Amino acid sequence: MRHLPILRQGRPYYSVDRARAIHHRTKEPFVEISQANVGLIRRDFLQLEAVAGRLSDFTSEELIRLCASAAGHFANSTLPLGEGTQTPQEYVEATSATTGLPYNMVRRNQAKIEGVLANMAGVLRGLTRNLDLSILDRGHGEAAGTVVSYFRRTDSLGVVLPSNSPGVHSLWAPAFALKTPLVLKPGGQEPWTPYRMIQALIRAGAPPEAFSYYPADHAGAGEILRRCGRGMVFGDVSTTRVWARDPRVEVHGPGWSKVVIGDDMADRWPEYIDVIAASIAENSGRSCVNASGVWTPRHGRAIAETLAAKLAAIQPRAADDPEAAIAPFADPGVARRMNQMIDGILAEPGAIDLSEAAGRGPRLAEHDGCAYLLPTIVWCDSPSHPAANKEFLFPYASVVEAPVAAMPGILGPTLVCTAITEDRGFQQRLLAAQHIGRLNFGPIKTIQIVWDQPHEGNLFEHLYARRAFQTMLEPATA
Amino acid sequence: MSAQLRERVRAHKEALDAHVREIVAWHFNPETGCPFWLDFAARAGWDPRKEIACYEDLDRFGYFEDEWLRGGPVRQWVPKGLAHLPTYIFETGGSTGVPKARIQMNDFRTDYEQFSHTLPGTAFPRGADWLMVGPSGPRRLRLAVEHLAQFRGGICFMVDLDPRWVVKLIKWGEFEMAERYKQHVVDQALTLLKAHDNIQCMFTTPKLLEALCEKVNLRKLGIRGIFCGGTEMTPQFHRFAVEELLDGIYFAPTYGNTLMGLATHKAPVPEDNWAIIYYPPAPRAVLEVVDPNEPATLVPYGATGRVRLTTLTKETFIPRFLERDECEREAPCEQYPWDGVRNVRPFASLGSNVVVGVY
Repeated sequence: MRHLPILRQGRPYYSVDRARAIHHRTKEPFVEISQANVGLIRRDFLQLEAVAGRLSDFTSEELIRLCASAAGHFANSTLPLGEGTQTPQEYVEATSATTGLPYNMVRRNQAKIEGVLANMAGVLRGLTRNLDLSILDRGHGEAAGTVVSYFRRTDSLGVVLPSNSPGVHSLWAPAFALKTPLVLKPGGQEPWTPYRMIQALIRAGAPPEAFSYYPADHAGAGEILRRCGRGMVFGDVSTTRVWARDPRVEVHGPGWSKVVIGDDMADRWPEYIDVIAASIAENSGRSCVNASGVWTPRHGRAIAETLAAKLAAIQPRAADDPEAAIAPFADPGVARRMNQMIDGILAEPGAIDLSEAAGRGPRLAEHDGCAYLLPTIVWCDSPSHPAANKEFLFPYASVVEAPVAAMPGILGPTLVCTAITEDRGFQQRLLAAQHIGRLNFGPIKTIQIVWDQPHEGNLFEHLYARRAFQTMLEPATA
Repeated sequence: MSAQLRERVRAHKEALDAHVREIVAWHFNPETGCPFWLDFAARAGWDPRKEIACYEDLDRFGYFEDEWLRGGPVRQWVPKGLAHLPTYIFETGGSTGVPKARIQMNDFRTDYEQFSHTLPGTAFPRGADWLMVGPSGPRRLRLAVEHLAQFRGGICFMVDLDPRWVVKLIKWGEFEMAERYKQHVVDQALTLLKAHDNIQCMFTTPKLLEALCEKVNLRKLGIRGIFCGGTEMTPQFHRFAVEELLDGIYFAPTYGNTLMGLATHKAPVPEDNWAIIYYPPAPRAVLEVVDPNEPATLVPYGATGRVRLTTLTKETFIPRFLERDECEREAPCEQYPWDGVRNVRPFASLGSNVVVGVY
């Protein structure tokens, strides 16, 4: 069996404590993963300041070039994996094995990560609002005619990662290019992608000590977030709640992303049904940027029935089937519990799962030894129904009728809001909303990410701060 | 198992059976027993002194319930035959609700004197002073470690940590405060270590040991042996401590609790892969590993099960107590010709609400 070691500032370490991730179909152990004890993590932190200094020796331009080179290695090279190696195809198969994602979805996520690494210059331009990155190398400089100085707020970025979808790893990648050592706690079922990204960066010439990789339990995760000057945490509400008021930690909880339709466009809803369906179902509905709600002032029932019929065509297929469009749950017990939870919510009058009648069959399905939750479209007759603002780890969306005048306040926290409207007044209210993360005007899939736009907080602002600065010295010549 | 070891196992079993008869005779004699067990026997309708002939017969008592140890009257546990002695009360748990309590007169001294014989003199020199950094207060550890130091001719310095407060901080999500409290404890320990040259031996918990070693090299401060316990220890922690924290200091991991006493560890060998293997202080206490669903049945050697404790001293009789721990069953060895336990950890089936190993 493969064994993934801990990386202690780049050095592989094989722990006595090991966790196992199982193959989602065979249920057999697929990989052993060394587990880091809390003391080991704490001890390594004593050296992190020096590591940050080592990354500062690189110019931003060098780091961007290095990311571009790593992009190629991530996508195409055979890279170290524990005491062995891993080809790109083996990466796809391994990620599919432990997460349940079909190969085609893993490849799409792989391409997304490759894209971020390859286009790091553009990503940083977006994050820094086109700052001349040599200012970060020198610590000060001139931007738009103003003297500016930036300093790094932290010696490390700690990231507690999820297992739902590999694409999420593109979010921390820019930290490396921003000269910040990374301390990663991978998800229990998805240890592969961060490990491979690290190996690709090392192969490209990054200093290995810039990467710490600590598979660990909750205590280890907490220690990473407490010890790092800045952190990111992914997870459900119960996981992330404790960090919600800690300004050092960016919380990536449920997205509750939505498509909203204005009064002006509501009668034209059939034109947008494909965008809405894709927002709900792409990537097997596993991302926080998948829509879990469709809010419209009228035609709600018709929209819901049409979506249900359209998504009912999505049925389980083999992991290597290029047409596979839904992933099974790595742990069937999770699927069963989630299904029961949904049944419980729907037991309250006022909401109905329209997908079964549309030809989907039972929501909880078994195929080739795997448990699936098939796409579920719920029609709610009131925004206050408990099914109206729920998010699950599969293609689930509620369709709710609500007056546009009540939006966006009634939407609640929304990571991505695709607003199909040309109503300027409504647009202005959406622009002013504090509880909307990303805002798309027009029929743009919620899941369509532009990487030069900051996602759920700006990583540059998370890692860097601007200080007041004056100098009487001559500017250094390049 | 060699023939010689088999013979030692058999001899130990004979001695255990004799010890069981002696302890049962004491606890169920109206002149010497405690009110709890005398009342138990009166209600049970059978006389344990006549019907308990060997260790296996203790199954007749059923499973000891930890609720019996919560609340009063605590004097129901004082054996009449020992009522003339000064009595201590030691508590375990108690972060919320009424803690479990065990009365003792001399058991803690006996246990730690026995344990003392397992400590190498080079690492725990006679006459060396000790530093105890860990839970004291109502816990047995406080007097026990001090007695151990005194038994070995030393004086014991003390730094207290209140685990009930730490558990509360963790439950409230006050991690920063918990960390500050830990540093407060560590700072006191470092002050003592730097001020007293003759402190060469320590007792502390795994977490406090890590925290101390983040600040100093204990070997350079004169520490030669560390006796570590109080909370769960994993094989990885064992390895980490030996390879990265201790710089050659002798490490004695232990498993103990108020109800059992103190189990000593088997000296590590490479084939154990850093497993922590403990043997109970037989015949005063017996640890067994049983099927969680059929707790009357022992699991095979090497298999995982729930820890079942039987305590057999004149001060305390606790038959068939199911601990909140699980582990693998370990075979007898030359040093300890009776069953041991490997890699003790919280019992998974009891759920995740128990806050463990936080101090």
